Amino acid sequence: MEKKLQVQARPLFERAIVQRALGDAVRKLDPRQMVKNPVMLVVFVGAIVTSLIVIADVINGRVSGFNVQILLWLWFTVLFANFAEAMAEGRGKAQADALRKTRTQMTARRLHNGKEDRVPAADLKRGDLVVCEAGDVIPGDGEITEGIASVDESAITGESAPVIRESGGDRSAVTGGTRVLSDRIVIRITSEQGNTFLDRMIALVEGAKRQKTPNEIALTILLSGLTIIFLLAVVSLRAFAAYSEAESGLTETTATVPVLVALLVCLIPTTIGGLLSAIGISGMDRMIQRNVLATSGRAVEAAGDVDVLLLDKTGTITLGNRMATNFVPAPQVALDRLADAAQLSSLADETPEGRSIVILAKERFGLRGRELGDLNATFVPFTAQTRMSGVDFPAHGGQAPRSIRKGASDAVKKHIESLGGRFPSEVQSSVDDIAKRGGTPLVVSEGTEILGVIELKDIVKGGMKERFNQLRAMGIRTIMITGDNPLTAAAIAAEAGVDDFMAQATPEDKLRRIRQEQADGHLVAMTGDGTNDAPALAQANVGVAMNTGTQAAREAGNMVDLDSDPTKLIEVVEVGKQLLMTRGALTTFSIANDVAKYFAILPALFGGIYAATPGESGPLAALNIMGLASPESAVLSATIFNALIIVALIPLAIRGVNYRAMGAAAVLQRNLLIFGVGGLIVPFIGIKLIDVIITALGLV
Amino acid sequence: MTVSDLLQIAVYLGVLTLATPFLGHYMYQVFTGARHLLSPLRPVEQIVYRLGGIDSQTEMRWTAYAWAVLAFNAAGLVFLFVLQLLQGLLPLNPTGLAGVEPFLAFNTAVSFVTNTNWQAYGGEVTLTYFTQMIGLTVQNFVSAGTGIAVLLALTRGLAARSGETLGNFWVDLTRAVIYVLLPLSILWTVAMIGQGVVQNFNDYTTVATLSGETQLIPQGPAASQIAIKQLGTNGGGFFNVNSSHPYENPTPISNFLQMLAILLIPAALTYTYGKMIGSLRQGWVIFAAMMILFVGGLTIMLWAEYSTNPILMEGKEARFGVINSVLWAQATTSASNGSVNAMHSSLSPLAGGVAMLNMLLGEIIFGGVGSGLYGMLIFVILTVFIAGLMVGRTPEYLGKKIESREIQMAIVAVLLPNASVLLLTALAIATETGLASRANPAAHGFSEILYAFASASNNNGSAFAGLNANTPFYNTLLGFAMLIGRFGVIFPVLAIAGSLLPKRVAPPSSGTFPTDRPLFIGLLIAVILIIGALTYFPALTLGPIVQQLLLMGGA
Repeated sequence: MEKKLQVQARPLFERAIVQRALGDAVRKLDPRQMVKNPVMLVVFVGAIVTSLIVIADVINGRVSGFNVQILLWLWFTVLFANFAEAMAEGRGKAQADALRKTRTQMTARRLHNGKEDRVPAADLKRGDLVVCEAGDVIPGDGEITEGIASVDESAITGESAPVIRESGGDRSAVTGGTRVLSDRIVIRITSEQGNTFLDRMIALVEGAKRQKTPNEIALTILLSGLTIIFLLAVVSLRAFAAYSEAESGLTETTATVPVLVALLVCLIPTTIGGLLSAIGISGMDRMIQRNVLATSGRAVEAAGDVDVLLLDKTGTITLGNRMATNFVPAPQVALDRLADAAQLSSLADETPEGRSIVILAKERFGLRGRELGDLNATFVPFTAQTRMSGVDFPAHGGQAPRSIRKGASDAVKKHIESLGGRFPSEVQSSVDDIAKRGGTPLVVSEGTEILGVIELKDIVKGGMKERFNQLRAMGIRTIMITGDNPLTAAAIAAEAGVDDFMAQATPEDKLRRIRQEQADGHLVAMTGDGTNDAPALAQANVGVAMNTGTQAAREAGNMVDLDSDPTKLIEVVEVGKQLLMTRGALTTFSIANDVAKYFAILPALFGGIYAATPGESGPLAALNIMGLASPESAVLSATIFNALIIVALIPLAIRGVNYRAMGAAAVLQRNLLIFGVGGLIVPFIGIKLIDVIITALGLV
Repeated sequence: MTVSDLLQIAVYLGVLTLATPFLGHYMYQVFTGARHLLSPLRPVEQIVYRLGGIDSQTEMRWTAYAWAVLAFNAAGLVFLFVLQLLQGLLPLNPTGLAGVEPFLAFNTAVSFVTNTNWQAYGGEVTLTYFTQMIGLTVQNFVSAGTGIAVLLALTRGLAARSGETLGNFWVDLTRAVIYVLLPLSILWTVAMIGQGVVQNFNDYTTVATLSGETQLIPQGPAASQIAIKQLGTNGGGFFNVNSSHPYENPTPISNFLQMLAILLIPAALTYTYGKMIGSLRQGWVIFAAMMILFVGGLTIMLWAEYSTNPILMEGKEARFGVINSVLWAQATTSASNGSVNAMHSSLSPLAGGVAMLNMLLGEIIFGGVGSGLYGMLIFVILTVFIAGLMVGRTPEYLGKKIESREIQMAIVAVLLPNASVLLLTALAIATETGLASRANPAAHGFSEILYAFASASNNNGSAFAGLNANTPFYNTLLGFAMLIGRFGVIFPVLAIAGSLLPKRVAPPSSGTFPTDRPLFIGLLIAVILIIGALTYFPALTLGPIVQQLLLMGGA
C-alpha cells in the first residue's frame, strides 16, 4: 500500500510518444483544430492555396519543381508545429497515465454484505463501507460508522501524537491517506473515487480541458497582430512589385503567389506560433515531474509572477522538531552532572525533543541510554498542570532518593521554590539568553537544586539560506510563518535568512497578511494542509495544498503537491518563471529571425528590377549579402530554414530555457544575448548552409 | 561637412535637451493643477469653462473622455469644412478668393483637425485670411491640445494607484492651449516678427521685378500662424512653399528657432511624463530612445547627402545650406510636423527614405505634440510584453500588468496606420488615376505616392513634392488616411488608459523587468525598428533604396 506517487522524468523523445505524436500531427490538420492557432492557420491556408496552384499547373501540363518544393515545405511547416504540440500532449498524457496507475495500486478492504473483499481504492464508490485496522492507510475520505481507533494524522496536522477518531459526534471524520495505528474501524466512504479532487486534476493535466492562459491569450493576440501586419505587407507588395516590374520593362513577375506565400510564412512568427501550445503544455508537465499537479495553466503562470512566499517554519525552513543543542550548567554544577540528569529525565520521554536530549548527552559525554526499568525508577509524565516531566529514583544501595525534573523555567522555579530551593540569577540569565537566540530553554532540577538549562533549538535545514538569497535576487520576498513567540521567531528568521516573519500566527492572521500583501500589489504563494488553511489557500495567488492535507485544503488551493513537501513551493515558482521565459525567448527569437529572411527573399524577388538591361541583375541584387546561389534557392532556403527551426526548437520548448536564479536585469541580458542576438545571426548562417546544400544536391 | 555644420547640430540638440526639463516641469505644474508661472491667468481659464458650460471638477472615465475627444474633433471637422465652402462670403478676403471645392475642403478640414496639416491647397492662392485664422490657426492650437490631452489621459492611466477616471478632456485641452501653446506662440511670433516674418492683413503686393515683369507678393498674418505651426507640430505653412518662403523663414535665426519649435514640446513632454508617473528616469529613457533614433536617422541622411557627388542643391534650402535642409527634414518628419524648408523629393534618395521611415514608424521620434509620446508608449508596451516575458514574469510596465486588452489595443494602434499606408499606396499605384498624379516615373514616382500616404497616415503632413495630390482621388484617400492615422491611434490609446487605470501596481523588486536602464533603450529601439521597419522594408526597397543603389551604381 505504497501511498507516495512517483513520476519519473522521461527522456525527451520517447519512442512511443514520438510515434503517437507523428500520427497526431496529421490528425491535427483538421481545420477545427487549426483555427485555434491563428499564426499556423495562415500557414495552413497558404499551403492550401499553393497546393491548388500546383494542381492547376499539373492539369495545365506545366510543372514547376520549385513550386512543388515550396509546397512541400509549407506543409512540413504546418506538420512540424502540429508535431510539437502533439509531442507535448503525448508527454502530458504519459505522465497522467503513470499517475493514475500508481493510484489504482492502492487497495481497500471493502465490506460487502458483511463479507470483506479487497478492491482497488479507485473502485470505491460513495457509500461503500471499508474496514481499516492497525497499520492500514485509510483509502479515502469518509466517516466512521463503527468503532474507535487512534489515527496518525501527522501528515495532515504535523502533530505526531495520534488522535482518537470514533463513530458518532464530531470526531468521526477521517481523511484519505492517514494511517490507523490501533484498533479497527469501519468507514463509510463519502467521496466518489473516480471523481476525487486528484482525479479531476489528472484529467486536467492530460490536456483534455486545456484552456489558454491569460498570458497565452495576450501573446496570441500579439502574434496574430504581427501576422496581419505582415499579411498586409505581402499583399501590398504584390501591387508594388507589379508596378516596379512594369516600370522596369519586365514582363514576367518573380513575385508569384507561391513565392509571396513563402515570404509571408517566413515573416510571420511561425516559430513561436508553432511552439506556443507545446510550451504551455510542457509547463504543466514539468510541474508533474516535480509531483505537483496544477488545476490550470493559469496557476502555473501565476507561479512565475509570485513575489511573496509565505513559508511555514516547521517542515519548510526548519526540520520538523526542536533538538537539544547545548547544556548550560548552573554555577557550581559540573557539566556532566547536568547532562546525566537531563538524560535520565528524558529516557522515558518519547517526544522528539526528549530523544534529542538523550542523544546529545550520549554524543557529548558518552552517556549511554539506560532503561528506566533497570534503575527501578518511576517516570513522571508531562501534564498540563505541572508543565514538567521527570523521573524519581527510590533510595537504592545507600543512595538517597533522587527526584529530577525538567520543564519550562517558570514551572521549575515554582516547583523548587515550593520545596524551599532557590533559583539562581545566573540560570535566569542563561534562560533569557537562550530565548533571545530563538531557542527553547528547559530547566533541570534535582531536589531543591537547579542543575542548569538545556537549550532546545529549531534546526534550520541545510542550504535554506542560499535558497533565500537566490529568491531575493529574483525579487521574491520570503515570509516565515510560525506559532512561536516573536523573540524566538525573530531569531530563527535571522538564522534562516528570510526577509520577514509572522510570529504567533493564526490562520486568520495568514489570511489577513495575504490580503494586505495583495493590496500592496504583490502576488502571494503559500502552502497549507489543514482545513483552517483553506481560506488563505484560496486567497493566495498560488496555493499549494499538501496531498496529505484535508479535502477542504486541497479544494481551496490551485495546486497539489503529491509529495507533501512544503519546500516544493520554491520549485513551483521556478517552473512558472521558466514557462514565461521560454515563451518570451522564443517570441524574441522568432521576430529577430525576420531580418535575415528579408535579406534572403527580397533580393531574390527584386534582383531584376530597374536593371540597365532587362533580364540582367539590377541594383537590388546588392542586397543579397548572403551570396545565395539563385533567387529560387534563396526563397527555398528561407522556407526550409523556417520549417526546420520549429523542429530544432521542440526540445527547448518542452524542456524550457535554462533557468538560473538571478535578478531580472541579469536574466534579461543573458536571454537577450542568446535569443535576441542569436535570433538575428542564426538564420543568416542557417539559410546560407541550406542554400549551399540544396544547390549542391541540385534541387534548384 | 564642416566643423560649423557639426556645431550647428550640436547646438540645436543641446538647446533642445536643455529646454526639456524646464518646459517639462512647467507643463507638469500646469497639468496637475499646481501653481505655476502663469497662474495669474486662471480667471481666463475659468471664463472659458463658464462660456463652454464645462464643469471643470467632473472627472471622466475613459469612455467619456473618448466621447469628448470625438465630439470636439467632429465638430471642428464640420465647422472647418463649412467655413471653407463659404469663405467667399466671409470677411477678411481682400483678394476675393472663392469658396473651396468640396474634395479639397474635406481634405483640408481633416488635415487640420488631425494635426496633420497636409496641404493639398496652396495657402496663399486658395484660402482667405479669415479661413486661415479662424479655421486653420484655431485647429493648429486645439489639435495640438487634443494630442496633449490624450497623452495626459494615458499617463494618468499608467500612474494611477486607484480610481476610475482619467481627468477631464475639456480641462486638459483648455490648459494646454491657454498655458502652453498660446504663451509659447506669442513668444515665437514676437521673435519671428523680429526676424522679419510678415504679420499684416494687407492685400497682396504687386511689384515690378528686375527683369521688368510684375510679380504678386502675398502678404498676411504669417508670423502668428508660423509660430503655432511649428510649436503644435502642425506644419501647415502660411505660404505654399512653407518655410522655404523668405516671408515665412527669413533668417538663419528664424530657421533655428523654427526648428527648435518643432521638437520643443514633444521633447519636453517626456519630462512631464516622467514627473507625472513619479519617475524622471522613465521619462529620460524615452527621451534617450527618441534622441538616439533621431541622431541615427540624421547620420544616415547626412551620409547620403554628402556621399552623393556632386552635392545636389536643387530644391534645398540654399540660403542656410544643406545641413539645415537635412536637419530640418529630419526634425520635421520625426515630429509629426511636416513643415519643410526644402523639398523632400530633392533629398538624396536614402535621405528621403529616412524621412519616410521616420513617418512610417508612426511619428514617435519625439513625434507630434502629445501624439509622439503616446505613440512611443504603445511601442513601450509592445517591448515590455515581448521582452518582459524573458525575465519570467507576466509583463508589466510601471508595475501595471500588460495583458490581452492592452496588447489588443496596442496592436490596433500599430496596425491601422500601417494598413492605411500599405493598402492605400497599393490602391494608388494599381490605378490609372493614382498614377496620373506622379511627377516622375519608376522608383521616384513610387516614392512620391508612398511618401504621401506615409505622411497622411501618420499625420505628418509634409509632402515629397512632385505628386499632384489636389485631385478628388487623392484628396479623398489621403483624407481617410489622416482620419485613420489620428483616431485609429487615439481611441486605442484611450482604451489602454482605461484598462490600465484600475490595475494594481506591483511594487518594483529585483525580479521586475527594468524599464529605466540603458538596456531597455536598446530594446525599445530594436522593437521599433524590427516591427516598424520590417513592415515597410519591402516597400522602401522598391522606392528610396533601389534609387540610392542606382545613384551609387551610377546607373
